Amino acid sequence: MTSTETQPAGPDAGSAPDAPVLEVTDLHVTFPAAGQGRDVHAVRGVSYQLRRGEILGIVGESGSGKSVSSLAAMGLLPEYAEVTGSVRLHGRELLGLDDRQLAKVRGRTISMVFQDPLSALTPVYTVGDQLAEAVRVHNPDLPKAQAAARAVELLRLVGIPNAEQRYRAFPHEFSGGMRQRVMIAMAMANDPDVIICDEPTTALDVTIQAQILEVLKTAQRETGAAIVMITHDLGVVAGFVDRVLVMYAGRPVELGTVDDVYYRTRMPYTMGLLGSVPRLDFQDKAPLVPIKGTPPSLSDLPPGCPFAPRCPLVREECTTGEPPLVRVGAETHQAACVRAAEIEANEWTAADIYPVPEIPEDAAAGTPREDREVVLEVDDLIKHHPLMKGAVFKRRVGTVYAVDGISFDIRERETLGLVGESGCGKSTTLMEILSLNAPQRGRVVVLGRESGRLGWRDRFAVRREVQVVFQDPMSSLDPRMPVFDIIAEPLRTHGHPREALRSRVHELLRLVGLEPAHATRYPAEFSGGQRQRIGIARALALEPRLLVLDEPVSALDVSIQAGVINLLDELKARLGLSYLFVAHDLSVIRHLADRVAVMYLGRIVEIGDVDAIYGAPAHPYTQALLSAIPIPDPEKERSRTHIVLEGDLPNPANPPSGCRFRTRCQKFRQLGDDERQRCLDEEPAVIPLAGAADHGAACHYAEERELL
Amino acid sequence: MFLARRLLNYVVLIFLASSFAYLLAATTLDPRSNYEQLDPRPSQESIEARLDELNLNDSTPLAERYVTWVGGVATGDFGLTIQGRSVNEEIARKAGVTLRLIVVGTVIGCTVGVAIGAYAAVRQYRSFDRVSTGAAFLVLAIPTVVIAVSLQVSAVAINQAAGVQIFQYGGEYTAGLDAGFWGTLGDRLQHMVLPTLTLAIAQFAAFSRYQRNMMLDVLGADFVRTAMAKGLTRRAALLKHALRTALIPTVTYFTFTFGILLAGTTFTEKIYGWNGMGAWVVDSIFTNDVHAVAAVSCFMAVCVMAASFLSDLLYAWLDPRVRVS
Ligand SMILES: Nc1ncnc2c1ncn2[C@@H]1O[C@H](COP(=O)(O)OP(=O)(O)O)[C@@H](O)[C@H]1O
Ligand code: SF4
Ligand code: SF4
Ligand SMILES: [Mg+2]
Repeated sequence: MTSTETQPAGPDAGSAPDAPVLEVTDLHVTFPAAGQGRDVHAVRGVSYQLRRGEILGIVGESGSGKSVSSLAAMGLLPEYAEVTGSVRLHGRELLGLDDRQLAKVRGRTISMVFQDPLSALTPVYTVGDQLAEAVRVHNPDLPKAQAAARAVELLRLVGIPNAEQRYRAFPHEFSGGMRQRVMIAMAMANDPDVIICDEPTTALDVTIQAQILEVLKTAQRETGAAIVMITHDLGVVAGFVDRVLVMYAGRPVELGTVDDVYYRTRMPYTMGLLGSVPRLDFQDKAPLVPIKGTPPSLSDLPPGCPFAPRCPLVREECTTGEPPLVRVGAETHQAACVRAAEIEANEWTAADIYPVPEIPEDAAAGTPREDREVVLEVDDLIKHHPLMKGAVFKRRVGTVYAVDGISFDIRERETLGLVGESGCGKSTTLMEILSLNAPQRGRVVVLGRESGRLGWRDRFAVRREVQVVFQDPMSSLDPRMPVFDIIAEPLRTHGHPREALRSRVHELLRLVGLEPAHATRYPAEFSGGQRQRIGIARALALEPRLLVLDEPVSALDVSIQAGVINLLDELKARLGLSYLFVAHDLSVIRHLADRVAVMYLGRIVEIGDVDAIYGAPAHPYTQALLSAIPIPDPEKERSRTHIVLEGDLPNPANPPSGCRFRTRCQKFRQLGDDERQRCLDEEPAVIPLAGAADHGAACHYAEERELL
Repeated sequence: MFLARRLLNYVVLIFLASSFAYLLAATTLDPRSNYEQLDPRPSQESIEARLDELNLNDSTPLAERYVTWVGGVATGDFGLTIQGRSVNEEIARKAGVTLRLIVVGTVIGCTVGVAIGAYAAVRQYRSFDRVSTGAAFLVLAIPTVVIAVSLQVSAVAINQAAGVQIFQYGGEYTAGLDAGFWGTLGDRLQHMVLPTLTLAIAQFAAFSRYQRNMMLDVLGADFVRTAMAKGLTRRAALLKHALRTALIPTVTYFTFTFGILLAGTTFTEKIYGWNGMGAWVVDSIFTNDVHAVAAVSCFMAVCVMAASFLSDLLYAWLDPRVRVS
């Protein structure tokens, strides 16, 4: 169908020493339509070669066909999928083999690690048995005891403590990170030549992601396997892989070494993708590059370049035929764009070709924060959940210290980012603030009024001033209501004049970058990014002063996320809003926030000015967190050393004595016994650092350290 | 410890169920009328004496009769039938008949149902799935009685067509047959086929539907894909990982359907002329036989509890997570 320029594989390719281990040529996957729908062309001509020991990254937004193309190579697609092209493993064609023959290859020569470790293991068998099964399927003559011994050895290799005992544990007794280690152990069990990792860290927290990436490196060292690393995270790719394949709408659009693709990008989509990522390592807050529109439907593709409807460089000729992947610049660098040569000649970058929105300067930027009004004050807030057991007669068996004494304030026109790994108490904090009820201990003061001491009239007034935007745009919007009613609802409740309703709703839609004409549509007709905009419009309807945002962009693809982040930035400056922004993505926080509070196990461990903290974090946890996040810059990434934390988050029902972080603290391990005693006995409070204007850390041995 | 408590619970439940059945039967049935309608009518004194002897006299307070009955049951004596025979002996004769029917019918019905349901899920929307789904729905829509009668009718037709008695459809065995051990066994089997099939078909229908749905839930599960990714064939992955996991809820379902199965047993025994517990309870109601009704209720309760206990054991065996936590 389309020609792709790949080195022709000779007939004896399988035997040559530097022959590719895995060779995918012109792979197409179509899911035939069920009923009257249209066929989904999920993969349309993917070709790549993987050499011995090489790591190839495949990046692209969700739905671009990354998973389907790798599942096709493994023969794991549902039977109804139509697969054409060629997948050769050591020169042997895999497509068309029957299940029995493929099963002999799967797990032995080519193996796979999946995205969601929580559901990837069979719940009724022990992890050890499942691992031993992987060994025995391919070595049926191996005695059971030896297979079990090998399983224990594998568990140890991937860093499971007490491997012998943990062999007998069931998957539900393992954390997500631990299960992913087991998956990796399984993938390396038979010394494969290729390991395909499909978003192996996407479902995990950053510190766990760093651990898993380390384990993958171990796995590669042990087995010498070539790795296909599928991810949407451009940071993970930068430091981990040798070459990158960028996919869009089921096709590769750029292929080359990491450096070529990152520093000499020749395809507008890749440029946009790289420009849309908020950067952990950038202090200046230039607007992100948003890519307008959304990826095309794979069942109804426009003719020509699939990126044309979103491309800033689109021309007449782009729509005539789909541009093939051709060489640009270096011998190994290929891009699928008719204007690639032009881009190369002019050395255009994302900033040159993408129109970036002007974000107005914040009027309050000059006023020092002490002189601004306090919008929200949280003082020693506590929220403990009783831990219950038993089905009928519940009895209390403990306490979950979800939020355990945190304090911060937010000033007018200020954004506070609240970050931390899942389960650290971020969402509980938000819920406590939004409930407006008296907290179990401490105080929450919203706009000068203390929660729990409000009459209903005050509550009503406060509710108006504090609005919330949730993570999942779909579940927070009533699917049976047209957008007009969704946005008008708070206005009606708060007695907005009827005749002005329509104009206000239209104004709000324009404000968030949507067409007023869309007011009659239903949420299902919008994309994720647009739904999030609807959620924001509704939150803004009553002109609040404080917006509480709970992971508002974490469900969105980067190119869409960039637009929403820019919008939030702009709204804040234009409307003079304050944000309490909860996120687990530290890059987003750096981009959006003025101040940041880092939480660990229900406590704030470090708080202060964003640039101060990102520039020189003082708490060991913040240091580990920042160090764990990969940066989408290959050279920087290669030169960084990551602090990899040990172990998982402790149980919040049973936090360690003294400093809660001590069980994982890298600094603690370097201390002498006397010094350690203090960490064991005394819980550190947030103390301002000497010489810093706005920077405090809760560590007895806090010490600023530059990391980025 | 856990099991002991379970068992104690069961005993209490069985006791309550039987007591309830006894009290209900003792208040609604009227054994006195049996004697009063005799022709010639026995004398009043002999009726009273007979009823007293059987502990069925309605002029004795209910509480007193109940205490006497419970006292008997506690020592393992279920009293006398209205004909004055020992209920225990009757139970000994009939329980085996019923148990044979239930056990064989359930085992065949469940196994076939689970296998067909699971396979139908794998072949979703293919012809096998369509046919088995259609068959299951058909069976579910028809009462057991009708199934039993239709089977009988078809058996007659087949026998006639073949010219030999392939199927037997009256009683448990041919009376007065003298054909040695193997002949008797064959004769019993011939008689067993149809009633057992009746029960099995109903079980199959319910279980194939349920198992199909449970199986569909896990077919696309990530862990099945993992099993294939490590080198199992699709078939092995489906059997060892998908079916194994999908069986767990079915075991619970078994407990729920067991009561319905017992009701089906009653009809089946009646229609095929088997002298089992089910047929007996129907007869006893007509003959105002209070103790027989109570005894059968107790038997049924024991069966239900045994089934539930069995499924608990199966559950714990299939799902090791309950053992751990
Ligand atoms: N089993 C399936 N049946 C029909 N469509 C599918 C199936 N699996 C994936 N698709 C479609 O194929 C496209 C590519 O999906 P995928 O490879 O999972 O994307 P990615 O991994 O890049 O996020 C998507 O549009 C998805 O909806
Ligand atoms: S081919 Fe045209 S539309 Fe496609 S990326 Fe290149 S310039 Fe843009
Ligand atoms: S107080 Fe001790 S254990 Fe806690 S973070 Fe500081 S050095 Fe680590
Ligand atoms: Mg995917």
